[in-house]
Amino acid sequence: MASESELKAGVEDGVRRRDFINIAAVSFAGVGAGAVVLPLINQMNPSADVLALSSTEIDISQIQTGQAIKTTWRKQPVFIRNLTSAEIDEANKVPLSDLRQPQTLAERTKPGKENWLVTLGVCTHLGCVPLGAAEGENRGDFGGYFCPCHGSHYDTAARIRKGPAPTNLVVPPYEFSSDTVVMIG
Amino acid sequence: MSFPWANQYQPKHPVMKWVDDRLPLPRFVYNAVGAGYPVPRNLNYFWNFGVLAGAALAIQIVTGIVLAMHYAANAGVAFNSVEHIMRDVNAGWFIRYAHMNGASMFFIVVYLHIFRGLYYGSYKAPREMVWLLGVVIFLLMMATAFMGYVLPWGQMSFWGAQVITGFFSAIPGVGEPMRQWLLGGFAPDNAALNRFFSLHYLLPFVILGVVILHIWALHIPGSSNPTGIEVKDEQDTVPFHPYYTAKDGVGLGVFLMIFAVLTFFTPNLLGHADNYIQANPLSTPAHIVPEWYFWPFYAILRAFTFNFLWIDAKLWGVIAMFAAIALLFFLPWLDGSPVKSSTYRPLNKIFFWILLFDIGLLGVCGMMPAEQPWVIFSQIGAIYYFAHFLIILPIISRIERPLPMPGSITEAVLAKHADKSSATA
Ligand code: HEM
Ligand code: FES
Repeated sequence: MASESELKAGVEDGVRRRDFINIAAVSFAGVGAGAVVLPLINQMNPSADVLALSSTEIDISQIQTGQAIKTTWRKQPVFIRNLTSAEIDEANKVPLSDLRQPQTLAERTKPGKENWLVTLGVCTHLGCVPLGAAEGENRGDFGGYFCPCHGSHYDTAARIRKGPAPTNLVVPPYEFSSDTVVMIG
Repeated sequence: MSFPWANQYQPKHPVMKWVDDRLPLPRFVYNAVGAGYPVPRNLNYFWNFGVLAGAALAIQIVTGIVLAMHYAANAGVAFNSVEHIMRDVNAGWFIRYAHMNGASMFFIVVYLHIFRGLYYGSYKAPREMVWLLGVVIFLLMMATAFMGYVLPWGQMSFWGAQVITGFFSAIPGVGEPMRQWLLGGFAPDNAALNRFFSLHYLLPFVILGVVILHIWALHIPGSSNPTGIEVKDEQDTVPFHPYYTAKDGVGLGVFLMIFAVLTFFTPNLLGHADNYIQANPLSTPAHIVPEWYFWPFYAILRAFTFNFLWIDAKLWGVIAMFAAIALLFFLPWLDGSPVKSSTYRPLNKIFFWILLFDIGLLGVCGMMPAEQPWVIFSQIGAIYYFAHFLIILPIISRIERPLPMPGSITEAVLAKHADKSSATA
């Protein structure tokens, strides 16, 4: 048992041995709790099989100039559009300063394949599928895509021009495996 | 706590006495919703809606548990399992329609319950905690109903989930990972459906827990009343049972009649036909609308069509929508008037009705497509909504001169009675 003077000395030091034990025990328990909570949170992230769907090959040989198709990648719609030269010109004419997210058509396509516009078909506002990929659908005020949900208009390079969407339609990572096959993801 | 003159529980049957000595649960019920709870003698029918909300919660839990016996939370079969409930399960159509319309009835009574609180100033001291817990319940209800609506996996289910989880991607930096974490994928799919079912089953019981806290907090000061004058002595109160069990019983009868008419004669009146089309991730319905009880908030979400300061329109919409509800947490302190009831607050009474009209207008805007004139109406409506709570209410509550008030609840009741008898004499 510590004498009174020893106790007093300990307290005057500022830290008691008991404080050290308390802090060590609580920190250890805290680390343990964290180690248990982490997997409980992480289980909600996309699982391995969902992530495994992350590359898709698409044959584009049947898409005529001016046409587009809808396909899927990671369960999300993807638009592949074969732009006409008029549409390409229109996209290149727009001064970058007019754009909410300034990007040229060239930056959004592959070199030498400027007519192939590959984007997610997911409106960057709240995620509806914009119209304009299928024949006869409303393409909006700028001839690209039109999202009916809250009225976002995209131009022929699928860049946001009008409406609530903050950014251009996303260009997914993709490569041309050959002249007629695109590999997304 | 209770008033000193509250009736004391006296078990008559020896078995009840035996139970009461060991686990005083019967006593607890007696003191909470029986003759042991003294209540102001002048409550009007607007005080029914708390009990009705409780009844609606019970109906949702019972019908929900039964639905879960037949429902399959798998994106491949969920839609068909709901059709199976509708066509094959014995009385399945009835149970499902009761659950669907029960959700609407729940929101109707809760909205009326909230408006009662706004008009009669029930959120003020000493009942702030009752109000705060109420706002928590409201938030949990919205989350529950949203996830429930996803379960049938129709077009509105899917696109509702897509749009609502899309809000999160508005948050800079962490938004998109957060959305993927919520959905367990890049778009709503099986992972999302399963977790929504798990949470849709859980949350009603969390709501039940918060309801118990809500009533506990209420029973510390006891119920308020239409005059807003606190109880002074025994004359001002009557025992909850039989007086208000009877009055609530009348309201419950009316509630059940309306509920039955909806369920049996127009079960899909408040629903949306697109939800009878199976979810299709490649095609968005022409016009996405949430359930009616979300319309005012949906209108606020869509009111921002322009970027403002350094924040873009999408994030503003999300902030405004959450703020519209979060604002309610501060109401007890935004309203500076010591007088509770709008009966004695001539200015507040006017602005209460304007607010109600504004919320109605926002509701209509939320239902309509995002086109003019609805966009401009929702902008005006949203600005007014915030102005009411942040500017108008704090000012008028501090400058208005309340009308002369009676000295006590009993005095108010007797004065009203005297008025009536002299009018008929
Ligand atoms: C707070 C109370 C509750 C609310 C507000 C609520 C709301 C909803 C809503 C709006 C739907 C969609 C109805 C439709 O369009 O078909 C739904 C479906 C469902 N709910 Fe609930 N619910 C509640 C409690 C419960 C409980 C306790 C369970 C028990 C597990 C449950 C199980 C289900 C099931 C299995 C479905 C899918 C079947 C169907 O669509 O009819 N619910 N809920
Ligand atoms: S989701 Fe496309 S405009 Fe809102």
